[in-house]
Amino acid sequence: MRERNPIFGDIDWTLILLYLALVLIGWVNIYAAVYNEAHSSILDLSQSYGKQMIWILTSLFIGLVILLTDARFFSTFAFLIYGVTILLLIGVLAVGSTISGSKSWFQIGSYGLQPAEFAKFATNLALARFFSGQHIDVKDFRTKFIPLLILGAPALLILLQNDTGSALVYSSFVLVLYRMGLSGNYLLAGVMIGVFALSTLMVGQYWVMGFVGLLAGALLFFIKRNRSNIINLIGLLLLTVGFIYSVDYAFDNFLGDHQKSRIEVLLGKKLDLKGAGYNVNQSKIAIGSGGFIGKGFLQGTQTKYNFVPEQSTDFIFCTVGEEWGFVGTTTVIVLFVLLLMRIIKVAERQRSTFGLLYGYGVASILFFHFAINIGMTIGLVPVIGIPLPFFSYGGSSLWAFTILLFIFIKLDTRRTALL
Amino acid sequence: MAKKSLSSRKESVIAIFMVVGVVFMMRLFYLQVIDDSYEHSAKSNVLRYVTQYPARGLVYDRNGKLMVYNEAVYDLMVIPNQVKRMDTLEFCRLLEISPEGFRERFRKARTYSRFKPSLFEKQISKEAYGFIEEKLYRYPGFYVQPRTLRKYPKPIAAHLLGYVGEVNQRIIDNNPYYKSGDYIGISGIEKSYENELRGIKGIKVRMVDVHNREVGSYQDGALDTTAIMGNDLYLTIDADLQEYGEQLMQGKMGSVVAIEPSTGEVLAFLSSPGYDPNLLVGRVRGRNFRALSEDPVKPLLNRAMMGQYPPGSTFKMVNDLVGLQEGVLKPSTRYSCQGAGSSPIRCTHSHQSPLDVYVAIQQSCNPFHWQVFRSILTSSGHGSFRENYISWRKHIMSMGFGHKLGTDIGSELSGNIPSAESFDAIYGKGRWNAMTVRSLSIGQGEILTTPLQIANSAAVISNRGFYYVPHIVKSTGDSSIVPDRFNKVTSTINPAHFEVAIEGMRQVATMGTARWYQPEGITMCGKTGTVENPHGKDHSLFMAFAPDVNPVIAIAVVIENSGFGSTWALPIASLMIEKYINGEVKRKELEERMIKQKLY
Repeated sequence: MRERNPIFGDIDWTLILLYLALVLIGWVNIYAAVYNEAHSSILDLSQSYGKQMIWILTSLFIGLVILLTDARFFSTFAFLIYGVTILLLIGVLAVGSTISGSKSWFQIGSYGLQPAEFAKFATNLALARFFSGQHIDVKDFRTKFIPLLILGAPALLILLQNDTGSALVYSSFVLVLYRMGLSGNYLLAGVMIGVFALSTLMVGQYWVMGFVGLLAGALLFFIKRNRSNIINLIGLLLLTVGFIYSVDYAFDNFLGDHQKSRIEVLLGKKLDLKGAGYNVNQSKIAIGSGGFIGKGFLQGTQTKYNFVPEQSTDFIFCTVGEEWGFVGTTTVIVLFVLLLMRIIKVAERQRSTFGLLYGYGVASILFFHFAINIGMTIGLVPVIGIPLPFFSYGGSSLWAFTILLFIFIKLDTRRTALL
Repeated sequence: MAKKSLSSRKESVIAIFMVVGVVFMMRLFYLQVIDDSYEHSAKSNVLRYVTQYPARGLVYDRNGKLMVYNEAVYDLMVIPNQVKRMDTLEFCRLLEISPEGFRERFRKARTYSRFKPSLFEKQISKEAYGFIEEKLYRYPGFYVQPRTLRKYPKPIAAHLLGYVGEVNQRIIDNNPYYKSGDYIGISGIEKSYENELRGIKGIKVRMVDVHNREVGSYQDGALDTTAIMGNDLYLTIDADLQEYGEQLMQGKMGSVVAIEPSTGEVLAFLSSPGYDPNLLVGRVRGRNFRALSEDPVKPLLNRAMMGQYPPGSTFKMVNDLVGLQEGVLKPSTRYSCQGAGSSPIRCTHSHQSPLDVYVAIQQSCNPFHWQVFRSILTSSGHGSFRENYISWRKHIMSMGFGHKLGTDIGSELSGNIPSAESFDAIYGKGRWNAMTVRSLSIGQGEILTTPLQIANSAAVISNRGFYYVPHIVKSTGDSSIVPDRFNKVTSTINPAHFEVAIEGMRQVATMGTARWYQPEGITMCGKTGTVENPHGKDHSLFMAFAPDVNPVIAIAVVIENSGFGSTWALPIASLMIEKYINGEVKRKELEERMIKQKLY
């Protein structure tokens, strides 16, 4: 067996390469998105792209520090890190500053720090640590209750900051719970709830109820018609109808106006090209006008004209679509899916539950951002303001995603040592 | 171990990731490769966002006569990024500009932005537009944008109509509605009714091919908004009367303001010398504006509201009214007059003595009015002399003097009725008395009024104690709603006292200083004023209302440095009244003499 470098020898270079590819492609696209003729150097520190370079360099440094840290540090101090983050989330509610309607920033000089970004990896650490503990019994109440608490606390605090998008991220941990043994029916139920809710808003509750009724009738022919099956089916049917019935009420009473209009625009119920629909419509024009091979680097007109809002942060994918076309967007999507698959693969080879679940958590968080962010730019999900990992402009998010991933890479280097 | 069996779940998780990835790619394939509307715009060179500028609202007079309309012109725009190699020389010939001018304009546009449209040449004429449009396909990056400019059928009413100009950076910074290149009302009603007149801008999204030809609207115009024309304004002005007044005032410096007393509607409002409003439109505006502002007779100055003059003898009734209100003057009160030998103010007319208030107004007797003013200040009964003065000032100001009236015409000056404090500052507290401020009794000294205020005071007297804030817009848009901010203002003088002033003014016109200029078949009540002026000849003033019963017009005429009130201001006011009430003027000889006379 050849000599291996004790620190870098066991590093999963595939993950590192995918990470670097995404970060660099993101940087180039930020440059194109906010390109300023007067400051044409990508290294110009007065511009977003120059600043992003600083964030990238500091991220690489943070990554290196993590790789040099003892892996046991993260499991040992998981709860402490989590606790500190929760305190920061409380603190930001008290003394934070409000940017774009969310009170989620600590203002430090001219830079803003967003604790919500860091809460993601901290929560992931805490959850993995809890499940890797000694007294885990899936049937135990404690085992069911405490994870909900771990996930619920940061989600609630972030919701209080009026940052709905970042709070919704915590729903992605359902994949970790699924891997932990949560019944697949929950995933299915979650999907069905989404489908029923959206279709109710789209075509009206009575159509959906009718459809569900027909579906139940059809099912009756395929299942064994014994008493318990029929009772279960009827119970399920009533539950579904009740849910559908409550959707309109919840929509009208629990959602804020801007949330309502974003959903209505998505569903095509409302054509509001100047208001809520503006972002999505401009985003689709930008991406759609890219064609197969795109308009070419710096040749995008939609983003240059500032028609696309938030073009360097939440809508960075537009620039990819416009300037690099279908080829570019496919490349980015393939890179993300490869990264996610690689994370799952690496997670599965962990010998510790901690490493395994942490890996699933990393994949879940990245997947949620990827799916929601790109889905929103191409008009498949409502506009929810969360960044595209490694791509979007911003120090807090890049640092946080880097920490999230590099802790996992570090944990992975210990897979042999734990034998 | 339970975990082992669960490890197969990684397949499902990976499947979810892949399904989402594939769905995204399918959606992107549809958006980017299949969907025609995006495909089309990807192939066409660019989308062009053309602002649709609304035409400003039209302006009519009180009888529906058109006073302001619009004319189409064309701005040549450029998007530097789209400009390809081209025959610059030919292009310069088309536009009649030099190659240096071309380079300079292009450099400016490029500095502003390579991607956004800039104005290349503004307001090219209809002829030049027709010529250029045919050849425009050879010049990618250039396009023509229609605009409208103001046009005036008659060269009248320039000061009250005001003018329109391009917004400056300060306006753009303060008001997000305005973008570079927009027009905004800068003076007159164009300014005070900007929000009504400007309309709503629209935008058209056009697809443009590589040959600079518009190939149609984008997504069937789903993103387009049409421009909505501004609201029309109906003025209170009588355009015929206004035009007649401007004719009469030719060659004279001063102003004429006529008001309908029962409503406060301004019938004529002119400042002389004026200018043709068509001069301050479009490309020629800058040059003409400079010439007008350098003209020593100040044609841009709106003397009707910004010229401030002592009111002279036209102020005497106002003073008498305060005396009547304070009880120190009775219709039967008589004072004697020593004519030119009177002290402290001599009389300029010869008449009977002693005389009452009617004759004093009719003959414009200075000593009588000094006596009235003195008794107001010494015996009004508000305590000290100073308190009496403060009370006098309050009564005067209640009749529309010494403060802005709040019209909608534009910038007005407030005039001046000096405060007790200002006299304290000059003479020291307690060291001034009626004698010190005696000139005020005959409308001289520190008092300043605008022609608008003098006309308004004629309205106050004719109304027996109140006025409606003078205004120039009757209604906007299709509605006939009169703006409600022009309220009724009531003076502090008892209406009964006005009969005395009115009778005095009637006698001015029937047996006094104005008896030679009674309009045909109309009984006019008026008062002349001859205002001493340290800078030259006296100002000639006349204020009047007519007819004496149910008056329909109150008027003030001021003619600077021309002599007696009865020589110039009176005949012009009399002709205006005849024109307005009778519709035509029979005294042609007088009319011709007035029109022809040049006084500066």
